[in-house]
Amino acid sequence: MDYRNTLTTCTYCGCGCNFFLESLDGRLTGTIPCKTSPVNEGKLCIKGWNVHQFVQSEKRLTKPLMRKNGELVEVSWDEALDFAASGLKAVKEGTGPDAVGFLASAKVTNEENYLMQKFARAGVGTNNIDHCARL
Amino acid sequence: MSELEDADTIFIIGSNTATSHPLVATRIFRAIEKGARVLVADPRKNQIAAFAHLYVRHRPGTDVALLNGMMKVILDQGLEDKAFIADNTEEFEGFKNLIHAVSLDEVSGITGVSVEDIQTLAETYAKADKASIVYCMGITQHTNGVNNVKSLANLAMLTGNIGKYATGVNPLRGQNNVQGACDMGGLPNVYTGYQPVTLGAANKKFAEAWGVSELPSKIGLTIPEMLHGIEKGEVKALWIMGENPVVSDPDANHVVKALEKLELLIVQDIFLTPTARLAHLVLPGVSFAEKDGTFSNTERRVTRVRKAVAPVGDSRQDWQIIQDISSRFGYKMEYDSPETIFKEIASLTPSYGGMTYERLEGPGLQWPCPSPEHPGTPFLHKDGKFTRGKGLFHAIGYKPPAELTDEEYPFCMTTGRVYAHYHTGTMTRNSKSLDFEVPEGFLEMNPADAEALDLCDGHRVRMASRRGEIETRIMITERVEKGVVFMPFHFEESNVNKLTNPAYDPIAKIPEFKVCAVKLEKVS
Repeated sequence: MDYRNTLTTCTYCGCGCNFFLESLDGRLTGTIPCKTSPVNEGKLCIKGWNVHQFVQSEKRLTKPLMRKNGELVEVSWDEALDFAASGLKAVKEGTGPDAVGFLASAKVTNEENYLMQKFARAGVGTNNIDHCARL
Repeated sequence: MSELEDADTIFIIGSNTATSHPLVATRIFRAIEKGARVLVADPRKNQIAAFAHLYVRHRPGTDVALLNGMMKVILDQGLEDKAFIADNTEEFEGFKNLIHAVSLDEVSGITGVSVEDIQTLAETYAKADKASIVYCMGITQHTNGVNNVKSLANLAMLTGNIGKYATGVNPLRGQNNVQGACDMGGLPNVYTGYQPVTLGAANKKFAEAWGVSELPSKIGLTIPEMLHGIEKGEVKALWIMGENPVVSDPDANHVVKALEKLELLIVQDIFLTPTARLAHLVLPGVSFAEKDGTFSNTERRVTRVRKAVAPVGDSRQDWQIIQDISSRFGYKMEYDSPETIFKEIASLTPSYGGMTYERLEGPGLQWPCPSPEHPGTPFLHKDGKFTRGKGLFHAIGYKPPAELTDEEYPFCMTTGRVYAHYHTGTMTRNSKSLDFEVPEGFLEMNPADAEALDLCDGHRVRMASRRGEIETRIMITERVEKGVVFMPFHFEESNVNKLTNPAYDPIAKIPEFKVCAVKLEKVS
């Protein structure tokens, strides 16, 4: 039996509450609010208390999907990554870097947002990057 | 955030705090216990209004009028902080002239708030020793959102309620890492830490660090501009990571049409969202519980995110997906962990310069934190010092929202969240307990309107704006006044953003989600 508690930060609103995710043999089982967090001081809202529930949902995407003959079908990572890279390259070379746009996200980490804007600017060569701060 | 507990007066405008930021609301409830006075101004009587010393219901989109009315009272009664204005601000005269011309009777007519209530609001706020303003999307999601925010800044400067403990103008950020996405340069005009792409020095610094000969210095496109660019055939490829614009953006039918026009649409997400269903390529990323990294909260506090379980199926770390595509594209990336990426961020971003994963253990650090010894910064603009030197007053007159009600579309519709759900519902609607709480969309309607339309609680209505129509059931409640209806936007099957107005603020480019004109019809 492998029981763990992992301290992390909530993914919902901008409060940024801290809690421990409880897991048993690799399955998330619960959420325990962090008492020493200056943000939530041992408390959570209804969304926070239930935040572990969506993570291992059966509806999660588990494989890359590519549109073939109008349908989204499962493909390998190799095929998916090549398709993405060559597709972006074709648009950049055909129309120019500003024909490519990027939406970064309030849902992913700082490190991931950083990497996306780095790729947009240094890789593709465009400042067309935005996210849903306005929404 | 904890400072709010020690304010004498808290003025909440355009924030449904108890629903959207429950742990901020906790601080407000504690402040009330300590004797603070809470003032709430909102077109919808939200939960926190029930605890307020004074609640006023102003009409949607009339915030500037209400605030100017309050400032008129403050100036007429000489309640302004003359020393603070003289020492720390500029352009006060022009502002004063505009406010002098404001008529309280007119303001009352525009906002629907009585002159007496405007006076009480103004006096309570101005006479407090430490007064905090809390606002959220109810202020910003308007075609005049920037003016709304500037008016709040005027109010705080006028009374010297800024740069001191338990005061200030405090925006609540709607999404967990929206602060971080901005800090990291997920914006068309800046690199990390708000270093402008147009600034030669910053441009050169990043080009050097990233090993390229040059970087584009032209400001890029915002989301509404990208959609427009797609329609004109200028934008042909879009890579969307962890966003769901088909449900979150205004005028959803129009968004779908634009996305369908793309030559290449890549969507990276954890669920097959309505946006992902339109993609040419869907890449399965991982949730916060399956990754390491950092988030930055609404008070600029950077904390750690830690991997609790292995990713589901063949899903991959989002940073690895970006790195792999970048390398295959021809721009090599070779990071071995999120921590390596964070080190690069700290080296290029002065406000994050003193942060390391080691230092972020525990409660985290609030930026600016420029050096390894720096303790972080709980509040900005300390002792009347503003980023630009002195605080600038703006003379701002009231302008009505972009779309007003008329004979054909007689109801004013506004949107927001409910307690059990979050944004487009991708996560919360896949959570059993939360979906059980609120399983479907609904429209809040005043009893008088329901009676006029011959509707009972739970009846279905067809609601249409100039842009689209949806069906939903109604909930009869006095939370909204006659002529105003409210609907949450979490539900893709009754997607209220098919109706909302994409008209946006000319500076912030924030769409006017909070006001649009609709008509209603009973579904038999």
